[in-house]
Amino acid sequence: MNMEKVVFAFFILLALTLNFGFFLGDIDDPSQHHAFELFAALVVSLIATVMKLGDRTPVGSVLLAASLVADLQLFAAAVVWAVVTVGFGETLTPGVTSSIVSLSGGALLANVVSVVLLIMETFVARR
Amino acid sequence: MSPRPALPGVYLVVLRRLRVPLILLIGAYALSITGFVLIPGTRADGSTWHMGFFHAFYFVSYMGSTIGFGELPHPFNGPQRLWTLFSIYATVISWLYAIGTMISLVQDRGFALALARNRVIGRIRRLREPFYLVCGYGEAGKVVTRFLSEIGERVVVVERDSATVNELILGDLPVEALALHGDAADPTLLQHAGLTHPRCTGVIAVIGDDQENLKIAITSKLLNPGLKVIGRVSERDTADNMRSFGTDHVVNPFYTFAWHFALAFSSPGLHLLNDWLSQTDYQALNEPVFPPRGLWILCGYGRLGKMLHTKLLEQDNNVVVIELNPKQTGAPADAITGRGTEAVTLREAGIANAVGVIAVTDNDANNLSIIMTAKQLRADLFTVARQNQNRNAALFKTADPHIVFNQNRLIANQIINLLTTPLTNEFLRRANKQEPEWANEMVSRIGASVENYAPLSWVLDLDVISAPAFAQAIRRGHEVRLGQLCRKPTNRKARLACVPLMLARGDEMTLAPDDSTVLKFGDRVLFCGRRSARNRMLSAVYSNDIMIYLITGRHRIVSPVWRRLTGTEH
Repeated sequence: MNMEKVVFAFFILLALTLNFGFFLGDIDDPSQHHAFELFAALVVSLIATVMKLGDRTPVGSVLLAASLVADLQLFAAAVVWAVVTVGFGETLTPGVTSSIVSLSGGALLANVVSVVLLIMETFVARR
Repeated sequence: MSPRPALPGVYLVVLRRLRVPLILLIGAYALSITGFVLIPGTRADGSTWHMGFFHAFYFVSYMGSTIGFGELPHPFNGPQRLWTLFSIYATVISWLYAIGTMISLVQDRGFALALARNRVIGRIRRLREPFYLVCGYGEAGKVVTRFLSEIGERVVVVERDSATVNELILGDLPVEALALHGDAADPTLLQHAGLTHPRCTGVIAVIGDDQENLKIAITSKLLNPGLKVIGRVSERDTADNMRSFGTDHVVNPFYTFAWHFALAFSSPGLHLLNDWLSQTDYQALNEPVFPPRGLWILCGYGRLGKMLHTKLLEQDNNVVVIELNPKQTGAPADAITGRGTEAVTLREAGIANAVGVIAVTDNDANNLSIIMTAKQLRADLFTVARQNQNRNAALFKTADPHIVFNQNRLIANQIINLLTTPLTNEFLRRANKQEPEWANEMVSRIGASVENYAPLSWVLDLDVISAPAFAQAIRRGHEVRLGQLCRKPTNRKARLACVPLMLARGDEMTLAPDDSTVLKFGDRVLFCGRRSARNRMLSAVYSNDIMIYLITGRHRIVSPVWRRLTGTEH
């Protein structure tokens, strides 16, 4: 067992699960999507991106791209949140909530791709 | 073109080394932000408030870098300040670590070298002008590179010795040469150096080792078959090998020298003609030499010594060989063992009856010593010495043998001629079949026109691009004779200091064409003479005014008014 691989897979999986946790719930209900979850998802996603930096394998570059996509989507969600609540001083409306959640849904998709690739690579390496 | 080779992954290395500091930084930020969001604050009126993620991120961002922007949006309470204290140290240390890693990476010598190398490879890849690839920056490579740079050509140099590469980078070449450090026999490196680049004009392999040059030549011909390849060799069989796969020119200094030397016996005029045309201009014109036939003492039976031995025997001479290791080198049975630097050895070889001494060992000090000793014994001997290193030039000049064989000079001159005026080679090949009388006449004509300095040879291309004025004159129905182009643009009664050597019309070559030859569009004429003559001639065929003056003797009237008044057309 390679400790580096464990840490690597851990962060990629954690990014997916946290992202999923935030995404879960009614799409327009602010009470079902907590800011902490989004924050955690964004931080773990950033860490996962950094872990993928400098990976030379062809899979590594797709993994990096997927991770960057997830970062971008989560960052966009956080910006929307901050702009509406802090910038305009409003509370979250169902409309804004649904756009934040759907942005994180896109990130979720990218994270799923990451995990699928990771699993595939593991199987190929085993054989 | 084959696919471009991948760049060494310098940036990947950077990213990988920054992985830990970046994760640490993200972690410190995340922890600090989370803390501020969780810890409740106290307003002035005693009510509690919670910091949002946005404000927490805002606060941590300026806290780490500036420390002391104030406590926002409300003054902090005890627990918040405690957490701020922790956050300051956590983020500042993370930043220092990240920045420190980056700085140490930038200062890393290996990294700097890799970066510089990538930069050079990138520049070579982006070259938009034609360039030559010179492999080996030894003494010959230096001369060729400098020459090419001086005539405005771009050169890429591949050299194994890093000190030499630095010398080149710091050198003062007029057109900067791009230097790549590494083994030129490595195909990947050659590709990085631009071997498969569409603007690469030619490869010049002048490393001291035959096998490496052979490998460079074959790599070039395989990866880029259209490329002009010039290879330097010192063995006969390597030369044949190189020619077998289509190397355009093989330069064998030992063979060339031995062959030239033999020519000095059979036809001193031709020898001088070859000598002059393979010199580059600005060198003093070599004097004719007349080596006598008789007994020659040959010191050093290496590759050059063997060739000279054969050639001397061919020219009806007797040869006594002096060699330190006669068995290993396969010297003739009557060879004398020794260096030839002592009077005893030379006497034993029969210097009393000899006509000349040839010192061609690979050691300059020994060669000089042989020449000096021989001259002390017999001042009237004909002496030939081999000079191995350019820096010993002053010593050889003082010792003053009749012929100095400078291998690097010879290689460089030959390559320069091949690159700039390939027609010279054609000319010499034909000229060497001519009678000695013909050569003597050519030599006296050239000598009279150039006086003290070695002639420059150039080709006059009579096409639209190089000679638009000539093309127009032909179109207007003028008849242009060769002699008319060899006249001064300022005064056509005076002749330019030049001699036409050969006229190339299609595949037909005419040696020493007559002044009355009528030139046709598309002709190519090889001249030799002074540099000033070349410049004047090349500008004459470019300018309609000069061209008309040379042909008709009339000056073209520039003013349209005056032209109308006098009724002349042009």
